[in-house]
Amino acid sequence: MEQLHEAGSGMEERLWSFIDGSASQEERSVIAKLVESRAEWKAKYQELLDIHALLQSSELDAPSLRFTKNVMEEIAKLHIAPATRTYINKKIIWGIAWFFIAIITGFLIYGFGQMEWSSGNSSTITDQFAKIDISKFFNNTWVNIFMMINLVLGLFLLDNYLSNKRKQFRKEA
Amino acid sequence: MSTGLNDNEIISKVLQGDQQAYALLVNRYQNYVFTLTLRMIKSREDAEEVAQDIFIKAYRALADFRGAAKFSTWLYTIVNTSCITFLRKKKMDLQSLDNEKVFEIADSQDSGFRANLVEQKSKAAMVNNAITLLSPDDAQVITLFYKGEQSLDEIAEILGIEPNTVKVRLHRARARLKDKMQEHFSEEVKDIYQ
Repeated sequence: MEQLHEAGSGMEERLWSFIDGSASQEERSVIAKLVESRAEWKAKYQELLDIHALLQSSELDAPSLRFTKNVMEEIAKLHIAPATRTYINKKIIWGIAWFFIAIITGFLIYGFGQMEWSSGNSSTITDQFAKIDISKFFNNTWVNIFMMINLVLGLFLLDNYLSNKRKQFRKEA
Repeated sequence: MSTGLNDNEIISKVLQGDQQAYALLVNRYQNYVFTLTLRMIKSREDAEEVAQDIFIKAYRALADFRGAAKFSTWLYTIVNTSCITFLRKKKMDLQSLDNEKVFEIADSQDSGFRANLVEQKSKAAMVNNAITLLSPDDAQVITLFYKGEQSLDEIAEILGIEPNTVKVRLHRARARLKDKMQEHFSEEVKDIYQ
């Protein structure tokens, strides 16, 4: 029973692809032959075609008559915002990306440098990675404070830069 | 309303400072946007408010329209995000395709639709009413495909999903629509098939 249902569902799916025009040329000719030669395919095709025609005949709803007037009254108070691509500098985005790539690469180089490659088969690569000690760089309070200050300053500068650019383009608009 | 200008020409005029030209775009797309919004949100008053908001958002962001896709595809992307935001605010669950809550709400509106149907007695009205009984996801994909003049690829772009997923969603939505029509409008469906 379940198999029959699945087969029916597969048939529907293929017929919908045929009706929508999304099936390949090869698939279209196969389905066309099936519809022509098999009664169950023909019946299902006709049923789906009826639904398709019904859906095409469905009507659009219309909003109230004041709709356009309301929108135009609202936009009269507004200005078109400058395009985002004009105030977001791609160099900054690339700069941020390179910064993170450099940090990750740095950690990897350091990590591989710390590994004991000559230790033979006694330890797995997971053990080797476990031996890498980066905590000594981050357990120093001053280093942590320094990095936090840098991060906050970086975000502050980025925010300042973007808002200045936005103001500048608003003035121009 | 035919103006002879295509969408991109109208947009260029608006971007050059002719604000009134935007009314041409609003007139051209208001029924599409309103229908799509209404089918997702279900309430006429809310849909009108959200649809107005969509045109205002589109105006504000018009400089971001690059013309790579059709204007309608870009506009429907705003419709999609605005409706989802609205429905989330209303605490309606959009996640599940078999959302029982949405079906219950839709079903509770059924008596009103049937009364309306007696008056209109047309196939198109029956389909419209049946679509209103679907979940927002199903109603959206059907409306975009049949009324929004969008291809499967364009719908995929609007919804941010793969074209194959759109195909599956559309297939399921049509199957559910068929069930809804047979469940709620069995007499009318019989008339159609006869």
